[in-house]
Amino acid sequence: MTATVATPRSGAGRGAGRSATRRPAGRRSATRRHLTPWMMLAPGIVLFTVFMAAPILYTVVLSFQKEMVKGLGLGSGAKTRTFAGFENYVATLTDPEFLASVGRVLLYGVILVPTMLGLALLFSLLLDARRTGAKGFSRVSIFLPYAVPAVISSLLWGFLYLPAVSPFYWIFEQLGWDDVPSLLSPGLVIFAIANIGLWGGVGFNMIVMYTSLKAVPTEIYEAARIDGASERQIALRIKVPIIMPALIMTALFSMIATLQVFAEPTTLRPLTNSLSTTWSPLMYVYRDAFTRDDIYSAAATSVIIAVATFAISFFFLRVVQRRAFGQED
Amino acid sequence: MRAAFRTGAIAAVAAAALIMTGCSADAGSEGSADDPVELTYWAWAPNLDKVVDIWNDQNPDIQVTVNKQDGGDPAITKLLTAIKAGSGAPDLIQAEYQKIPTLVSSDALADLAGTDAADLSGDFPDSAWDSVTLGGDALYAIPQDTGPMMFFYRDDIFTQLGLTVPTTWDEYAATARALHTADPTKYLGTFSSNDAGWFAGLSQQAEAEWWSIDGDAWGVGIDEEPTQQVADYWGGLVEEGVIDNKPMYTPEWNAALNDGTQAGWLGAVWGPGVLSGNAADTAGLWKAAPLPNWGSDVSNGNWGGSSTAVTSQSEHVDAAVKFATWLNTDPEAVQALVTETGIYPASTDAAASALTEAPEFFSNQPDFYDVAAEAAQAVAPFQYGPNVNVTFSAYNDEFAKAAESKTRQAFLDAVAAMQQITVDDLESSGFTVAK
Repeated sequence: MTATVATPRSGAGRGAGRSATRRPAGRRSATRRHLTPWMMLAPGIVLFTVFMAAPILYTVVLSFQKEMVKGLGLGSGAKTRTFAGFENYVATLTDPEFLASVGRVLLYGVILVPTMLGLALLFSLLLDARRTGAKGFSRVSIFLPYAVPAVISSLLWGFLYLPAVSPFYWIFEQLGWDDVPSLLSPGLVIFAIANIGLWGGVGFNMIVMYTSLKAVPTEIYEAARIDGASERQIALRIKVPIIMPALIMTALFSMIATLQVFAEPTTLRPLTNSLSTTWSPLMYVYRDAFTRDDIYSAAATSVIIAVATFAISFFFLRVVQRRAFGQED
Repeated sequence: MRAAFRTGAIAAVAAAALIMTGCSADAGSEGSADDPVELTYWAWAPNLDKVVDIWNDQNPDIQVTVNKQDGGDPAITKLLTAIKAGSGAPDLIQAEYQKIPTLVSSDALADLAGTDAADLSGDFPDSAWDSVTLGGDALYAIPQDTGPMMFFYRDDIFTQLGLTVPTTWDEYAATARALHTADPTKYLGTFSSNDAGWFAGLSQQAEAEWWSIDGDAWGVGIDEEPTQQVADYWGGLVEEGVIDNKPMYTPEWNAALNDGTQAGWLGAVWGPGVLSGNAADTAGLWKAAPLPNWGSDVSNGNWGGSSTAVTSQSEHVDAAVKFATWLNTDPEAVQALVTETGIYPASTDAAASALTEAPEFFSNQPDFYDVAAEAAQAVAPFQYGPNVNVTFSAYNDEFAKAAESKTRQAFLDAVAAMQQITVDDLESSGFTVAK
């Protein structure tokens, strides 16, 4: 956003200053200079307006409306759209189902994000260590699950979770472990979903961290070794602090992805009694929009989720920024 | 209410008449071989285009194009979007019975009461006809197929364990106990929280009235004696542990059908297709029987089934009705529907002449379609309401909890919650709800 505003303004300022002292030909070139950045930005601005800004605006407009029916609601003209004020917002925010879904994804995030980032950091440090072999193969195998779409991986894991068809439960049975609980039972299903997220997410985060580790000049490590630092000390005292910005970025992206969890629980839902149609906030939106055919409530809930995601991201960055980038200020 | 319906019907007829005259002024609504009426038809039944080809060959003046849809739900969502947008809807749509009130309340369907289709009532069972008239004077669709419920069981396991085929629900419970006692890994069935239509069918058999029209208001009667009786019965069996509590249509359920863990299934007439797809190796081992009954009254429920409706955006209502009537009542068309799409036709006479040979999966039971015809005739009337989608998703959530908790009381609580959610939704949308 800042680029779209700042660039033309500085161009205009320069053009105006010069045209006062130059010949008319200069004015023409100034106009062209004035237009060029806009023309280059135009595709971006148009696409952003048509496919981002306009739908967002329309969502906000819808969220303040509702459909009212008269009597039996049969026949033509039975439904009218009216202004609802904050009714949809109040309904969502006071619905225990919605609050419960928020609680579930927060717990899901607490389980998933630290585990995922911890494993990603561990793998990237191991790959970056001097003595590690088969780096290319390991990197690809850890990254590969990220390339599997969430719906596909949820279906695959769903098979593995169902005791009657899972090879794991077959092995447990052979070992004589009869009482292994199903991961799809109500208390454990959150781990079943987190496991799918973990399996798919570690690789991506690992690549981000590994790339920023590769950008660190090796002289630093050499200096540390001369000073007698062990590999572990180098990892914890040098590498981790240096890639802190990458860690923060992956944490932020992971948190946003967590709040938007949808494909995994939606795909697993038909397999079990443990997942409701409103398990996560986005499932709640989906149910309102496509099962209940109430796009107005769905729009209001979407706006709430968007605002909350923005607020959480902003708050998180404010808290960690001072720590992470403190030395740069 | 009668008056309201009549006024509506007259208005619709008048509107249709205006449209017709409007058309005939320029091109002529009848169409001719040189300038045929073009109709579009959104449907998801497999191979339906092959049936429509027969019509197109015989009727050069009315040409129908089938637009294949992903399924019942997506097609309806798409249609509602087109209706809101004001254009883009097809002339005809395949609509499941439970979707009709929702479509009518969105003004998506044309009222056919003033057309020739109104004379077809005698061709269909009353239960199917009620679903397309909503019990009033209007006519919103022509029935295409129905899903009378049936009880499928593994004949080999029944013979091996000396079990008899239950004809009442008491006998069903006794058989379930006997089977589970004889082999604790086996169940006679499962209570599925995934399939609201299945539970609606079971409640329909018990003569539940989930929705009713009471003057100018909707009545909601989910949390009443018939449905409570059904929920209590299943809650009891699940609590006892003789009936499984896992959803249907999962890989686990498929495996259970294959290896005999599920030795029975309360399905519908389209069941052979599901069984042959999910448990192909068990062909010839299953048999079909009528659904067990409550006491001595013979009654049945529907699970599934759809109709052919004309949308409110169609400019060729008469041509569309002509085609839809042919498709669902003409012997040749119904025969093609049976062989090409595998549906169970709603038209009573056409079904009797088209369905003579048992499906391949049930080749061991030559009288399969006699049992089915009996089941179809016994279906009790059932009225769907304008927010079936809300009630069905409430079923998924509430009965998932109940099935997981495995207590009889939780099943009854789930019924009460469904009632509450349904009524709250109607009221918040502005519908008048009878108390």
